[in-house]
Amino acid sequence: MTTETATPTATEPTGARSMMASAEGAGDRTSATEPATPSSRIVGLRCRNCRRPEPLGPSYVCPACFGPLEVEYDLAAARASLTRSTVASRPPGIWRYLELLPVDAVPRRGLAVGSTPLLEASRLGSELGIGRLWLKDDTRNPTLSFKDRPVAVAAARAVEFGFDVLACASTGNLAGAVAAAAAALGLRAYVFIPADLEPAKVEHALAYGATVVPIEGTYDEINRLSLEVADEEGWAFVNVNLRPYYAEGSKTLAFEIAEGLGWRLPDVIVAPIASGALFTKVARGIEELVVLGLVEPRPVRFVGAQPAGCAPVATAFARGAADIAPVRTPETIVRSLAIGSPADGLYALELARTSRGSIEAVPDAATAAAIRRLAATEGIFAETAGGVTIAAVEQARRAGVIGPDDEVVALVTGNGVKTPDARTFGLEPRPAGPDEPGLAPPIRPSFAAFEAWYRGGR
Amino acid sequence: MSTVRIPPVLRSATGGAKQVEVAGTTVGEALEALVGAYPALRAQLFGPEGQLNRFVNIYVNDTDVRHLQDVATPIAERDTIVILPAMAGGR
Repeated sequence: MTTETATPTATEPTGARSMMASAEGAGDRTSATEPATPSSRIVGLRCRNCRRPEPLGPSYVCPACFGPLEVEYDLAAARASLTRSTVASRPPGIWRYLELLPVDAVPRRGLAVGSTPLLEASRLGSELGIGRLWLKDDTRNPTLSFKDRPVAVAAARAVEFGFDVLACASTGNLAGAVAAAAAALGLRAYVFIPADLEPAKVEHALAYGATVVPIEGTYDEINRLSLEVADEEGWAFVNVNLRPYYAEGSKTLAFEIAEGLGWRLPDVIVAPIASGALFTKVARGIEELVVLGLVEPRPVRFVGAQPAGCAPVATAFARGAADIAPVRTPETIVRSLAIGSPADGLYALELARTSRGSIEAVPDAATAAAIRRLAATEGIFAETAGGVTIAAVEQARRAGVIGPDDEVVALVTGNGVKTPDARTFGLEPRPAGPDEPGLAPPIRPSFAAFEAWYRGGR
Repeated sequence: MSTVRIPPVLRSATGGAKQVEVAGTTVGEALEALVGAYPALRAQLFGPEGQLNRFVNIYVNDTDVRHLQDVATPIAERDTIVILPAMAGGR
């Protein structure tokens, strides 16, 4: 377990690679060690569309206009207690930034989420023609994706609201995150997934004891079903009826990036877009840091990444369209981004435009190549969404959205062990020769046999 | 008659009814019949110019009408129309 002294050293950007503490031990501690935080900083919910206020509760849709509800904070109250030094004095993990999260107190139990490394990716950066490239390595969260962040917040709220079933509609990463969080908190877990999901993701969710329900349909159809199940069964669907709380968890990526850069903001942030919640919440997190005086304001461009086979937001961006046409049948190896009707798509579109960023549509072959390149240059094996993101960095650099002297942070949101087959997409399988990466042919256990392969291939 | 399933957020306007039988040959006609019977629903489902509210999704027999013919989508006897908020998501 981490002690109070093992806080991340995050004031020197150059030291981030070696100095960022791991997330180990960030959870499962008593709230008695935390400063008392008045819950009055959480004002309630408010409709993002018509601004109508709603009381705090497990609701997600505005009764007046059907718009999405968001958590509203008293930022002046948060500003009074959340300073650089209070953050520095706290243990690693997402609860370092409690005042900007919609839970009353640090949960007594839970997984050790957050405080993942911010790595200086100079080898990849020089290949891509970017002087300063950082990778936020969320392959290293408890269930190997950034989804542990929003789920930790939603699960804490589910407990506060008195739910005993934690559920989700998932394209895979969320399934494991919900299953693990439910196990840690002693809740039942129901996970709805597309019936043809990657086997590694299904096994992962099953391992934590979840009831996994495969649905013969697309993610969007599962999502629609989940809305009805949430309403009728009274379950806590993290990304449906707890969505206002769930989505807030992704802001911790922005907080950790700013802290990891020594309380500075980069020029560009590159993130994947599925529903658009991560993309827009990172921007929201940055706005809040500015309001709290934790970072100096500066314009940050937001570059979004979608797979070309399911790119409703990128298509609208390229066409200058006001609305997003849903994709009925996604066709991509990037299952984790295969949402044809993104809930926060319009807000993601607006963010890319107003910040002078872009939204890149990435072909699957480029995604696979980016997974290999990231692994080969930086030693990070990413899930398909990470491949899309790195390929989007490359595309945005080529298009001039990213300049050679920009400081860029790319979010690597999931671990490659979840999608092991994606790495070789589009490659012809063949045995590797002695001077190339790949799988060599099986060799008899004799030095002569080794020599025949090692010398013979030259 | 077709069946319209009413989500909880709209049930205060329908006197608590979970589903309502309506007449009509298209989705648009069925929704007009619905708000005719429950006038409080009009402001929730339609904008000032009578267009379907941006955050309202309509499904006919589980298919999003944006993949069909929107409010012009024809409906038959015993079709089920579902009204849901255009949200949720995640992955």
